Amino acid sequence: MSTPSVALASRDVWRLAAIGTLAGVFSGIFGVGGGTVIVPLLIFWFGYGERLATGTSLAAIVLIGLLGAIAQGGFYGNVHVLTALALAVPAVIGVVLGTAIQQRIPQRAVSYLFALLLVAIAVELILK
Amino acid sequence: MNEVLAGLIAVAGGLAGGLVGVGGGVLFVPALTVFLGLSQVEGESTSLLMIVIVALVGAIRQSGYGNVRVREALLIGALSPLGVLVGVAVANSVPERALQLAFAALALFMAAQLIRRARATQ
Repeated sequence: MSTPSVALASRDVWRLAAIGTLAGVFSGIFGVGGGTVIVPLLIFWFGYGERLATGTSLAAIVLIGLLGAIAQGGFYGNVHVLTALALAVPAVIGVVLGTAIQQRIPQRAVSYLFALLLVAIAVELILK
Repeated sequence: MNEVLAGLIAVAGGLAGGLVGVGGGVLFVPALTVFLGLSQVEGESTSLLMIVIVALVGAIRQSGYGNVRVREALLIGALSPLGVLVGVAVANSVPERALQLAFAALALFMAAQLIRRARATQ
C-alpha cells in the first residue's frame, strides 16, 4: 500500500469527488463497477500509471458497488443475493487466475477475445 | 446448462478484471440476464453485489504489489453516494428495453476501447 502522506490540495479533493460522482452514476445506471470512468480520469487528472490507476480503481469500486447494491436492494428489492454469491465463486476464480497469468500470455489476443465476447453480448441484447 | 454457461461467463468476467483491469460487470450482467433469466435491472443490481466481492479480492491482490492508493480510493468511494443514488434512480425509472439497449451500447463502446488499446500496444 503506497500512500505518501502529503496533504491533498482542495482542487484534488474536488477532482476525486467528480470521479466518485461520475463513476457512481455510471455504476448505478449500468450495474458495472465504474472502472471505465475511474481509470482514465486517474491517469488524466492525477498522472497515475495504468497499474496504479487500476488498483486504486478496484479499491474505490468496492465502496461504490456496495453503495449501489444497498440502494438497489434496500430501496427497490432488485438484488438476488444468493445468485450473486453463487456466481461470485467462478468470478473470483477468474480474477485470481487472471492476475496470476497476466504476465504470461499475450495481452493483445486476450483483448481481442474479450472485445468479440462483448460484441456478441451486444448483438444478443439488441436482437432480444 | 444455462447455469454452467453463466458460470463460464462469470469466470470470463473475473479474468477480464484480472487481465485488463476493467470489465467484470459488463460480463456479469449478461451472465445473469441472458442465462439466468433475471430482468435487466435485476441483473445490474445483482452484478453490483458480485462486483463488491470480486473488486475486494482484486484490490487486496493489487495492494500487495503497491498498486493501491488507499486514501484516494476511499475518497472516491466516500464521495460517490450522490452519483450512485442518481444512477440507481435512473435505472429504475427508464423502460427495461431502453436500459437493455443502453447496456448494449456500453458493451460495444468497451469492445471498441479494448481493440483500441490492443492496437496501441502492438
